[in-house]
Parts: sequence; C-alpha cells; structure tokens
Amino acid sequence: MEISRHWRLKQQRYALVGEVCPHCDVKIFPPRDVCPVCGGEAKTTFAFSGKGEVFSYTTIYEAPTGYDQTVPYTIALVKLDEGPMITAQLTDLGEQPVEIGMPVEMVTRKLRNDGDERGVIVYGYKFRPAWKMPSQA
Amino acid sequence: MTTSQSSHTLLKPNRPVGITGYGAYVPRYRIPAREIARVWAGGKGGLPIKEKAVPGLDEDVITMSIEAARNAMARAQIDPQELRAVWVGSESHPYAVKPTSTVVAEAIGAVPHIQAGDWEFACKAGTEAIVAAIGFVGSGMAEYALAIGMDTAQGKPGDALEYTAAAGGAAFVLGPAENGLATINATYSYVTDTPDFWRREYQKYPEHGVRFTGEPAYFQHILSSSRTLMEELGVSAKDYRWAVFHQPNAKFPQRAAQMLGFTPEQTAPGLLSPVIGNTYSGASIIGLTAILDIAEPGDRILLASFGSGAGSDAMDITVTEKIDARRDLAVKTQEYIARRTEIDYATYARYRGKITMK
Repeated sequence: MEISRHWRLKQQRYALVGEVCPHCDVKIFPPRDVCPVCGGEAKTTFAFSGKGEVFSYTTIYEAPTGYDQTVPYTIALVKLDEGPMITAQLTDLGEQPVEIGMPVEMVTRKLRNDGDERGVIVYGYKFRPAWKMPSQA
Repeated sequence: MTTSQSSHTLLKPNRPVGITGYGAYVPRYRIPAREIARVWAGGKGGLPIKEKAVPGLDEDVITMSIEAARNAMARAQIDPQELRAVWVGSESHPYAVKPTSTVVAEAIGAVPHIQAGDWEFACKAGTEAIVAAIGFVGSGMAEYALAIGMDTAQGKPGDALEYTAAAGGAAFVLGPAENGLATINATYSYVTDTPDFWRREYQKYPEHGVRFTGEPAYFQHILSSSRTLMEELGVSAKDYRWAVFHQPNAKFPQRAAQMLGFTPEQTAPGLLSPVIGNTYSGASIIGLTAILDIAEPGDRILLASFGSGAGSDAMDITVTEKIDARRDLAVKTQEYIARRTEIDYATYARYRGKITMK
C-alpha cells in the first residue's frame, strides 16, 4: 500500500498542477520546488492547460504489475504546450492511429488499483486525441 | 424554500436560482442492441434502443464526473473556489465507502471549503442533488453549487436491462439566476415507496419488477410530478418549447410525453436513449444538456426525472440570453454522441468486468 504517496501526488496527477519559476517564468512539471533552468526557488503552483502533442510513443503488450488489466495500451512522451515533456498513457484512441506531432489533451482516468481490488483506486492524467472545438473548426 | 401545508406545493427558492454552467459526458464505446440480441436471443425479438454507451477500461463514475464537471465549469466561467458544494448522484459509485465527490472536487480545484457528498436514489440521484443545490443557493448559504448525475449502469448478462444499461451523465453549476444561462422557475417532486427496481448490498446486478416497472412506477410518478408542476404554474404542454423525461428506453419517455400533451418535436432533441441507452442518474439531465446546446433565449423547458424506489423531480426552466455566449465553451452533447467506436459483445464483457479473471 502506498496511500501516502498517492495522497501526496493527487494534485499533479488529477489536474496537472505543477509550478512556475517566479524568476524566469519557466513552467515546471512534475513540481520540484527548484527551477531546473535558473536554479532559483520555485514553489508557485501552476495549473497546466493539459494541451500538448505526442513527441514519441510505444505500445505495451507485456505490462508491469498493476497495469496488466488494460493491455495493450500506448504510452507517449507528451510535450506540453507550456514546455515540459511528460510520460503518460494515451486513451480513447478508438481506431485512430497514433502519430508523432498529434495534438492531445489531458483527461483524468483510472491508472490502476493500489495492490488488488481491495486497495484504493489510483486516478491520474492520461492524454487523448485533442477535441476540435467548434470555435477551432 | 417556500413551502405550505398543501401536498401539491412547488419548491421555489426565496432567491431566484439558475443554471450557471452545464456539461455532459458520454464515453466513446457503443454496443448495438442487435449485438446483445445476437448473443442472448438468437438475434430475434424487438430491440428497446439502437445502441448504448459503454465506458472504457479506465473510466468510472469518478472520471466521467470529472470531465462533465470540467465542461460545466468551462461554461460557468467561475473560479472553482466559489463552489460551496460538489454533489454526485449515482447508483454506481466506484467505492462502497469513500466519496466520489471528494475526488471530483479535488480534481476541479474546488476543495477544501465545500460540502461534498454522494447521493443515491436510483435514477433520480442527479436531480435530487440539483434540487438540493437549488435550496443551497436559493437560501443564500452558497453562491454556487455543483450537482452531477452520472452512472456506469449495471445490467445482468442476458437480462432485459442489459440492452439499455449504459454510461454517461451531466453536471450543472447552480448559481444566482442573474448569472444563469437558464433560470429554474420551480420544481416539484413526487415520491412513494414503490419496489420496482433494486440492488441489494454486495449484489453485482440489480433486480426489477418486469412489467411492474411501468404503470405504478415510471408513469405514475413522472406523470404526477409533471402534471402537478404544470397545474400549479398554470401552464400546459403548449407553453413549453422543449421537454425531456427520464428515458430507460425509447418507448417510455415518448409515451409519457404524449400522455402529457407534448409533441415529438418538443422531445426530439432531449431523447438520447435510442443512441446512448439509459444512463440512469444521468438520463434526463444529459437530455437537458442536449436541449441547452440548441436552445434559444426565452425557450421554456420541462424536465422530469424518475428514480426507482420511486420518485420523480419535475423542473420548469427558462433559457436566458446568456446561453449564446457560453454554450460553445465546452464540448456539446451531440459531439460526444458522434464520437463513437463500435464494440462487440466480447469486448463489452471485458470492459464491463463480466469476465472472471480469478
């Protein structure tokens, strides 16, 4: 059981809450309290838009423990619009092929159970093909 | 809320309350009813709907409520910290003990100065939460409250309900009427103890009273709530532009509408069960979102939910001029419905946990 860790990470996992450096305005994810660019203290929270694009990806058929119920699934390096690159599962692909450069958006989904079905359900960010809003048509 | 000794009294808050924002969610997978009939009925017999929405492996009432809530907040254009309640109505909360609402509130940034709770009243848990939110805002205790109706409904394999038990729902931000894209003029609820449908503790699938679910349950309650609301307001079906009813299948809501004097044109935009199935706590209110997606300022809407056990909440709603500026701020209900991947029964059985793994 890792409930304390899941509790600690809930904001970044549920809603992509990271940090912004007050010195050089770099956006930071995951939050680490120190700016990776200028080295200054960076504890100001910043909610990312959840928009980004696929930088690279691969499909998992032999999953690590805890993720075997959802194979096959695709994980991607997602370059967020605000700068950081993060690793996340893609979801809601349907029959749509994944392409490098494909616009994606964050959704909050079930990641796995903590342990077995008696443990807490771990929720967090995944990305799906970006929805084209009417205003963008 | 203004009340009297009359059993036919309307609920009207002292402070007018409106819908500040609304949002729908429908998962992308669909299983056609003919596919279920192929497996369980040799492909024969009538079908209650065309197809139903099925959640993906990583979806449940919490994740679906979060997306609907985000859509509602996008349209409401308010700070999540202005919410004073996050209430989720469902009969498929992921946990037996641990609230859905706290996860949703955390995900949308509404914690910690809020009420949070999960509501249960079969298929009317969502409108029950909405009526409570009207009272919460209407009393002045809260400026804004979020009420959600969402389900990943369970259907026993081969049972009549398996054709329709679907996934989806909607979220509504209730707030002061002056900032509303629609005003809720009044509500009325009609409730009795009627054993038409139930699920006992630790049981995976619900039981139902077959034909008993019709006249004494669905029709008695939904017609009584709707008729009383209209009579007390001094209006009739022709005074409404649109109407939406709980939709466990395609037939019941159309018959109820006809008995109340509504035309097919008035109910068509909100009648979604033929293409997404019965979304239980979400069924009538996701129909309302589809109506709001196309409604014009001044349009009057009648909504009547139904929950087994049994009860019905009827609402009289008038759309305001603020609808035009807000409806395009989130994905529309018909866009969710159009996003569709058809699955076969085997995939459906896997997605819904009907395959025993150990």
